[in-house]
Amino acid sequence: MAAVAEHAGLPKLTPARMRAGDVLRVGAVGLRTRPLRAFLSALGIAIGIAAMIGVVGISSSSGAELDRTLSALGTNLLTVSSGQTLMGEPAKMPVEAEAMIERIGPVEAVSAAGRVGAAKVYRSEEVPKAQTNGINTYAARLDLPATVGATLRSGTWLNAATQRYPAAVLGSSAAQRLGVGAAGPDTQVVVGGKRFTVVGVLDPVPLADELDTAVLVGWPIAEAELDFDGYPTTLYTRAEEARLEAVRSVLAGTANPEAPNEVDVSRPSDALAAKQATSQAFTGLLLGVGAVALLVGGVGVANTMVISVLERRSEIGLRRSLGATRGQIRTQFLAESLLLSALGGAGGVLLGTGVTMGYALYQGWPAVIPAWATAGGLAATLAIGAVAGLYPAIRASRLSPTEALATP
Amino acid sequence: MISLIDVTRSYPGGVTALDKVSLEIEHGELVAIVGPSGSGKSTMLNVVGTLDRPSSGTVRIDGYDVAKLSDGRLSALRATRIGFVFQHFHLAAKIPAIDNVADGLVYTGIGRAERRRRAAAALERVGLGHRLDHEPHELSGGERQRVAIARAVAGDPPLLLADEPTGALDSVSGAGVMDLLHDLNAAGTTIVIITHDLEIAASLPRQVRMRDGQIVADSAAEARVA
Repeated sequence: MAAVAEHAGLPKLTPARMRAGDVLRVGAVGLRTRPLRAFLSALGIAIGIAAMIGVVGISSSSGAELDRTLSALGTNLLTVSSGQTLMGEPAKMPVEAEAMIERIGPVEAVSAAGRVGAAKVYRSEEVPKAQTNGINTYAARLDLPATVGATLRSGTWLNAATQRYPAAVLGSSAAQRLGVGAAGPDTQVVVGGKRFTVVGVLDPVPLADELDTAVLVGWPIAEAELDFDGYPTTLYTRAEEARLEAVRSVLAGTANPEAPNEVDVSRPSDALAAKQATSQAFTGLLLGVGAVALLVGGVGVANTMVISVLERRSEIGLRRSLGATRGQIRTQFLAESLLLSALGGAGGVLLGTGVTMGYALYQGWPAVIPAWATAGGLAATLAIGAVAGLYPAIRASRLSPTEALATP
Repeated sequence: MISLIDVTRSYPGGVTALDKVSLEIEHGELVAIVGPSGSGKSTMLNVVGTLDRPSSGTVRIDGYDVAKLSDGRLSALRATRIGFVFQHFHLAAKIPAIDNVADGLVYTGIGRAERRRRAAAALERVGLGHRLDHEPHELSGGERQRVAIARAVAGDPPLLLADEPTGALDSVSGAGVMDLLHDLNAAGTTIVIITHDLEIAASLPRQVRMRDGQIVADSAAEARVA
C-alpha cells in the first residue's frame, strides 16, 4: 500500500499481457533458429507416440478383422467330437448320432467328418512311410463346407458322383505340405496306398482348423477302399443363435446317449476370441515398451530445453531489459517445450497411423485406430512437454537480468 | 528523470561496485558516464536501468521509486520508459531487421501489425529505411548498432541507456552512431551513455567521471559551483 501512496499522481505501472499469438510466436523462436535440434528432439517423442499408436492400432485392427470374420462365419457353430472312454481309449460315437442331432428343434444343419486313421497321405509312392507330414484323412459329408463355412481356393468340392471315386479335397495347410498348388485332373496324391485325384483345395477354415491339415475324401469311397469304419469323429452343428446354449447342453447326450461323457462339445468361435484375448495381453507389454520410448523422448526434450536456456542467457537478459517479466520468460520456455513435444506428438500420431494403415492393408484387415489412443497420445505428449519444460523454464525466469546480459 | 540518493551496490564477498553515489539527471539531458573498467559504471547502468537493485539508497526513475516496485511493475517500467543499447547489439540471428525491432515491442502489449509499423518508422528514423528485410549478418557493424538503437527507441521511451555503443565499431561507424544519438537527444530523449572513451565523453554536454565506485567529477556540478 506504501507503493500506492508513494507514487500517487503517477500512472500505475502494469505489465502488459501477451496475446496468445505472441506467446506462440515467441515460443517458436528457439525452434525456428535451431530447426535440426528441434526436429531431433521432437523425433524422440514422435517415435514413442508412433510405437504406442501402432501397437494399439494393429491390435484393434486385428480385433476388427476377427469381428468381421466371426460375423461372416457366424458364431452359432457347435462342434461335437468323440473323446476318450473312461479307460483312456478313443471313444466312438454311434453312426446314428448325426440323424439324432438333426432332430433337435433349433438345429439348422448338421454335417460330419470321420477320421480315417489308417490312411496316411503322401505326395507319391516314393516318399518314405515315416514322412506323414501330420496330415490326416477324413471322410466328409457333402454338406460339410456349407456347415463349417469353408470355401474353395481352387477346384470344386466333392459331389454325389466324386464321393464314390478316388477324389480328394485338400485343406490349405495339407496342400502346402504336399506341394500342391491347385487342383487339376493330373494332380494326384497317395491316400492309404491308393492314388486319389485332387479335385479341390480349401481356403483356411477359421472355425474348423483341423480341416486345414486334412485330406477330405467321400464317405462311400473311404468305406470301400480305405478301411473306414463309418463312425463319425466330429459333428458340425449349426443351431439358432438364441437357443445355442440349450442345444449345447443336450448335444452330448443326443450324440452318444449311452456315454455322454465320451463326447466333447465346443464352440470354435469362443476359441478364436480367446486367442484374441491372449494377443491382447501381449499388446499390453508392447504398449509398455512404447511408453518407455515416450519417456526417453521426454527426457530428450528436457535436455534440449536445459541446453537452450543455457545457450540463450543473453537473449533472456535482452528480453528482460525490453520489459519481459519473470512470468513471461517462464511462459516463453514452457511454450517452446510444449510446442516441441506437440510437434513430436502430431508427427507420432501421423507415423503410427501410417504404420497401422500400411500393416492393415498388407494383411487385408480393416484399419482401426481408436480415438482414445490418438487423444491419449496427444495428451501424454503435452503432459510430457509441460513436465520437461517446467524446470528449465523456471531456471530461465530466475536468471538475474544483469547476469544474463553479462554472458557474451 | 533519474535520481540516485546515496546508492550503494555491494556484492557478497565484500566487493562494493557503487559506494554512496548520488546523481540527478534531468529530462532531456545527454550525459556521459565515463571511467576505466572496474570503476562501477556498468553497475551504475544496471541500477539506473532497473535491471539490478541497489543494496541501499534510493533510485527514482521518471518519478517511480524502484525499491517499491515488484518485478512485474519494474518490467513494465522498462517496457515503457527505458530503452537499452548494448555494446554487442544483441540482435537475433536470421531474423530480418524489421522483426528484430518489432519483437522488441512484444512486451508493451501492442498488436503485431502496429509493432511492425512502428518498427519500420524507427528504422526509417535511424536511416535504415532501405534495410528493413536484411538479416543481421547482411548488415555492417554500424548498421547493426543502428538496428539496436531503432529497437530501443521504437517504443518512444523517455530514457535511453547506451552501454559502450561504439565499443565494437570502427571510428567512422562510431561517429555515425554518436550523431544519431545526438539527433535523438535533440528530439527530446534523455540519453545516458556509458563509455571509457574520453574523446566521446568530451563530445557530450555533461560528463560524470567515476572511479572505484564513486563519482569523482561531474561537469554539471562544477558548472554550478563555478
